[in-house]
Amino acid sequence: MDVVFNQVFAGLSIASILLIIALGLAIIYGTMGVINLAHGEFVMLGAYATWALQTHAGMGVITALPLVFLAVAAAGWVIEKVIVQRLYTRPLDTILATWGIGIILQQAIRLGVGPESKFVRGPEWLSGNVEIGALVMSNYRLFVIAFSLFILAGTLLLMTRSEFGMKLRAIIQNRRISECYGIEAKKVYSVTFAYGAGLAGIAGALITPLFSTIPTMGTGLVVDAFLVVIVGGLGSLAGTAAAALLIGEVTALFSIVINDTLGRIAVLAGIIVLIRFRPRGLFPSDTRR
Amino acid sequence: MKRRDFLGRAGAAGTMGFAGGLSMPALLGSASRAYAASDDIPVGLLFSLTGAVAVVEHTLHDAALMAIEEINAAGGVHGKQLRPIIEDPASDPATYADRARRLMIRDQCVSVFGSYTSSSRQAVLPIAEQRNNLYWYPTLYEGRECSRNIMYGGAVPNQQQDILLPWLVENFGKKFYMIGNNYVYPKEENNYCRILLNELGGEVVHEEYVPMGHSDFSSAINRIRAEEPDVIFTTLVGDSDVAFARQYHAAELDPEKMPVCSLTRSEVEVKAIGGEAAAGHFSSAPYFMGHESAANEKFVENYKARFGADEVTHFVSEAAYFQVYQFKAALEKLDPANITPSAIRDAAVGMTIAAPQGEVLIDNNLHSHLWPKVGQWQSDGQAKVILQSDERIAPAPFAAYPGQECTGEGLVKA
Repeated sequence: MDVVFNQVFAGLSIASILLIIALGLAIIYGTMGVINLAHGEFVMLGAYATWALQTHAGMGVITALPLVFLAVAAAGWVIEKVIVQRLYTRPLDTILATWGIGIILQQAIRLGVGPESKFVRGPEWLSGNVEIGALVMSNYRLFVIAFSLFILAGTLLLMTRSEFGMKLRAIIQNRRISECYGIEAKKVYSVTFAYGAGLAGIAGALITPLFSTIPTMGTGLVVDAFLVVIVGGLGSLAGTAAAALLIGEVTALFSIVINDTLGRIAVLAGIIVLIRFRPRGLFPSDTRR
Repeated sequence: MKRRDFLGRAGAAGTMGFAGGLSMPALLGSASRAYAASDDIPVGLLFSLTGAVAVVEHTLHDAALMAIEEINAAGGVHGKQLRPIIEDPASDPATYADRARRLMIRDQCVSVFGSYTSSSRQAVLPIAEQRNNLYWYPTLYEGRECSRNIMYGGAVPNQQQDILLPWLVENFGKKFYMIGNNYVYPKEENNYCRILLNELGGEVVHEEYVPMGHSDFSSAINRIRAEEPDVIFTTLVGDSDVAFARQYHAAELDPEKMPVCSLTRSEVEVKAIGGEAAAGHFSSAPYFMGHESAANEKFVENYKARFGADEVTHFVSEAAYFQVYQFKAALEKLDPANITPSAIRDAAVGMTIAAPQGEVLIDNNLHSHLWPKVGQWQSDGQAKVILQSDERIAPAPFAAYPGQECTGEGLVKA
């Protein structure tokens, strides 16, 4: 029984990391229809930015978060301006272009910083565990869970309560009519792309104390994030959150019942079955395109 | 290729094939002349400098190249310089095979040093055998191989586990939890570990394999917490090992009660894990950077001076280094006019040299007799050697397979 509770917590922890990574992807994919294959590399950039801030400026992971967000958002903004913006009318080409950007970023880090794994120290005040009976929860993982909910809430507020969110939703519904009302779609897209990239950067910063920081770290993560977005349904933030939770818990369940290798296969098989019966995901948005 | 070129080459190949059939002795004669004719001795270096395994292999390349430069600076062998010919196989097994062929045929290398992974070694093996050349392989590996054309410098399972297991059982207990990446090396090591544990009366509470690059170990850590094993026996490699060690530390599992004992964690991984998270856990290997010996002091000092003060040496780069000295010692025993790969092999068998880990001996089966050690990681990222074998341990690459033995005549099956 103890294992069950601990495993539920492990699932929550996996889900929180998936959520932060997938949120940025869901926003970019859901609102602009751009399949951003460089998203994993934004996560990687976030991890390396954290490493650089810690090694050269002595900053902790948590204090570095705002700077990492801004830095990766800036990188995303530049990439959107220079490359992605020119391809909005050619959605298939954006796949190829972002894939290429991903490779360039990966190799740039490999050449510039070096291929070996980097060490980032976790925050001292978050070390240790909370123990409730046999349930042991790592403080840092609890923090990541809380932070993912905070980011989810913040993003929801941004989309539904701010002027920027209103403009964005208007553009999603009908770009041309919105432009007639004086909304600069280009500008809104740039900011959205930068925001999505920034979220990926935060995800990268948060996972560095747990994972290994290497140039190729994003490649596997972007696959998981895509699964979340597809299961959740395009353009639905609540769907993304639900899907992250579902996939996290199912992964944790399978890996304890079978093992990690077969568990992974079982999760992927489950997703194939799911999209066979719900091709638009669990919570497809009602927006007409 | 233009059509004319193609016809020309095809014709030449045809003629060669024809001539080869008639005048085999002459061709062989000219080949051995070519080995000795030059003023220097061509040596191939086949370590990946780009691609996925370059992170580790460039350190092997550096160590081997440094040994060659040291030998040359000290006057070479028989007054001849060693001429390193560097190829980059880019982490791709097929490219290893291609570049090995180039080094052995076109460049007439008398030996090639290379490879970190078993898959790349196995890609080169048929070429080394076909050309009757020598391939010096520095990595610890899973055994079960017995080529007459590969010089194995790393530990095989019995050399990593024979002194380790009794010590672990005695000091920590009999319940083992095995976790490794899902490929041949962890499975063979765990297979051998089970045999030893049976003899020692130990048990395996759980054995699991995770995909390469797997990075979330929360489930495994929960299972470890529930099973309460005495020892975590790991064969995780690279990033998986780094992620596992960091999460194990974050979960506050006590190394004094449940130590992780790794067969694969070296100074390189510990640098990425961070000394604090690695401290208290163990690794089993014939060499640690902190080992005290005159040969090691020289090795570490030269390595740091050449490649940077924060660089580390580890149990594979040490073997890459001492294998060049084994090669040199074998050359010295030969007549300079008659240097061939098979003569080098015959001269190398039974020879000892002072390696950083201690005096190593090349066995008849072309593996090396080594000095197994157990190191405990310290918070400064170095291992303190806390257990050292009293004697050199002979390599038994088929230790887990009774009735099979690797000998000087190759594999013998009972």
